[in-house]
Amino acid sequence: MQQPNRLSPFFENLNFEREDNTMVINFGPQHPSAHGQLRLMLELDGEKVVKAYPDIGYLHRGIEKMAENMTYNEFLPTTDRLDYIASTSNNYAYALAVEKLIGLEVPRRAQVIRTILLEVNRIISHLFFIATHALDVGAMSVFLYAFREREFGMDLMEDYCGARLTHSAVRIGGVPLDIPDGWMIALRKWCDKVDYELKHTYNALLEKNRIWKMRLENVGVLSSKDALSWGCTGPMLRGSGVAYDIRKEEPYELYSELDFDIPIADTNDSYGRYRLYMAEMEESTKIIRQLIVKYDETEPQLMAHAPQYISAPKEEIMTQNYALMQHFVLVTQGMRPPKGEVYVPTESPKGELGFYIKSEGEPYAYRLKCRAPSFFHTGLLQELLVGTYIADVVTIIGSTNIVFGEVDR
Amino acid sequence: MRKYVPKDSVQKKAYYTDRFHVVPSVPTQDVSTDEIFSKQLEILSSKVEIKSAYIQVGQMRVEINHQDNYKAIEILKNECGYEMMSEMSAVDYLAKDGTFEVFYQLLNLKERKRVRVVCRIEQGLAVESIVPLYKAANFAEREMFDMFGIVVNNHPFLKRIIMPDDWEGHPLLKTYPLQGDEFASWYEVDKIFGKDAREAIGPENRDPARIDRYDTKRFSRVGREVPFGADISNGEPETPIEYSTTFLVDYNASQTQLEDRK
Repeated sequence: MQQPNRLSPFFENLNFEREDNTMVINFGPQHPSAHGQLRLMLELDGEKVVKAYPDIGYLHRGIEKMAENMTYNEFLPTTDRLDYIASTSNNYAYALAVEKLIGLEVPRRAQVIRTILLEVNRIISHLFFIATHALDVGAMSVFLYAFREREFGMDLMEDYCGARLTHSAVRIGGVPLDIPDGWMIALRKWCDKVDYELKHTYNALLEKNRIWKMRLENVGVLSSKDALSWGCTGPMLRGSGVAYDIRKEEPYELYSELDFDIPIADTNDSYGRYRLYMAEMEESTKIIRQLIVKYDETEPQLMAHAPQYISAPKEEIMTQNYALMQHFVLVTQGMRPPKGEVYVPTESPKGELGFYIKSEGEPYAYRLKCRAPSFFHTGLLQELLVGTYIADVVTIIGSTNIVFGEVDR
Repeated sequence: MRKYVPKDSVQKKAYYTDRFHVVPSVPTQDVSTDEIFSKQLEILSSKVEIKSAYIQVGQMRVEINHQDNYKAIEILKNECGYEMMSEMSAVDYLAKDGTFEVFYQLLNLKERKRVRVVCRIEQGLAVESIVPLYKAANFAEREMFDMFGIVVNNHPFLKRIIMPDDWEGHPLLKTYPLQGDEFASWYEVDKIFGKDAREAIGPENRDPARIDRYDTKRFSRVGREVPFGADISNGEPETPIEYSTTFLVDYNASQTQLEDRK
């Protein structure tokens, strides 16, 4: 035990000379590889991790409490701050939950735009994963290349909604804006670019890279049984050989009409998960290409017509008295969804992002619970890290792709 | 008659509700309308008491007694194929009838079905942990304990997870104010400077929209800034602020420039 005094102060990081000869190391919350504000307490026996204890809550903002004190439309921009790498996925998951609650059909053009935005966000998020994961493991140049393409993707989002990171690009009942001129051409170019770079840059740099393989293969092995028990979803689940993608199994939006595959990896290790992310990006560009064609066949309506819940389009508000009155009531009082509860899962880039909303018919949700995939993946760390070497800890954390905006909420 | 308003809920209320407003409900279906759900409910009802069951938005919602939660979920996992627990948490109904509603959201991957197991639990009682069934409940139950103070029996490590260990109060209770209570406003002051410093520092203001007009470094009304270090004990001095000319647009000069160009 340490005996702190003025000359040798208490060192939080190190706790030497315990009876069982293990060493306790504190990792984070301020650590470049902690992917935000993760604090890990590791008990080491030599270089082996004997016990891992993830400590979270350093980014807690009380988003669920805020949801209870905000009207449904007010809360939507707050969801940006959950998984801030792919904001539109959160906006969409929340909007979809409210739409299910009030039983709303979204116009087809809005559906196409939403699905495109979701896939653009998926690619942005996966590029971010490849970049930071490679950086954690030590491959600096991949980080630079992947961030370049990610920046182009965020430029696309900026051209659509005006924001790079906190998009709020989806509204309850549709989307606020139509696609700007020339956006689809830029999108198609970006898809081609991503496909090209996937094959010629990231894969060329990593796929057969000896160091990369040595660092990732057989590291962070997660059996499918454990993955299910720990509530792993998304690439963590599919990386363990369970082919469950909510886009395919419980299709929402336009996914039932689209032709895409669900890649899985059955090696159960970090390398398999890395390959899965690469394959998923290819699928996403495939989806986007199909949607660009579908967009031209749609009618220009963007927001659902439900005067009880959704404001009319701006032209109507400016010209028609009744639409203006409705808009006034909806802005000042907020919409009142029917009484009931709903849990709606969606496939965000990280996994199953679901919103549980309990409504008592008030303009404020009685209870809103955000089921964040990263929260459960962080819980998994206490088992996944045990028995690995200290050098692999960072690889495993990177491989789970956790984002602390949604872990702490 | 006046409408009953729970007094110990500080959740934001609608400022106006029409007298004749009737709250509609999300439509529900009977469980018998779905083949798979009705089969699973049959298995479940043969072993535990079912208080109510219906389908809402494509998912079955089963209410049971809180003593049966482990047993019911064990049956759903082992006999009905619900391999994953997606989510669990609670809803605070203390102001209405003194209970919490604890819900478990389960997923059957093979049949693509989701079920929500719900039980009501009175304040002060504990629920049984389902960590032996689903390890995902480890973090989720800790979060529920942290946010609502619901004790979970036989949990391997029941400790606060999101709030600090020495925190008082449970933030998601309806009685807990949005901007934190008295304890929250002194927490950081006590922690960093000690209780003796309370008088000198004052409570933490947790209102995000608060503007301190004497705070010349961060927020103040434009044009009304008080110079840094000014004595404000007898009110605000009338000192005009001098702006740097570097960033100010000289409209007269730019107008003459424009005219020259014409």
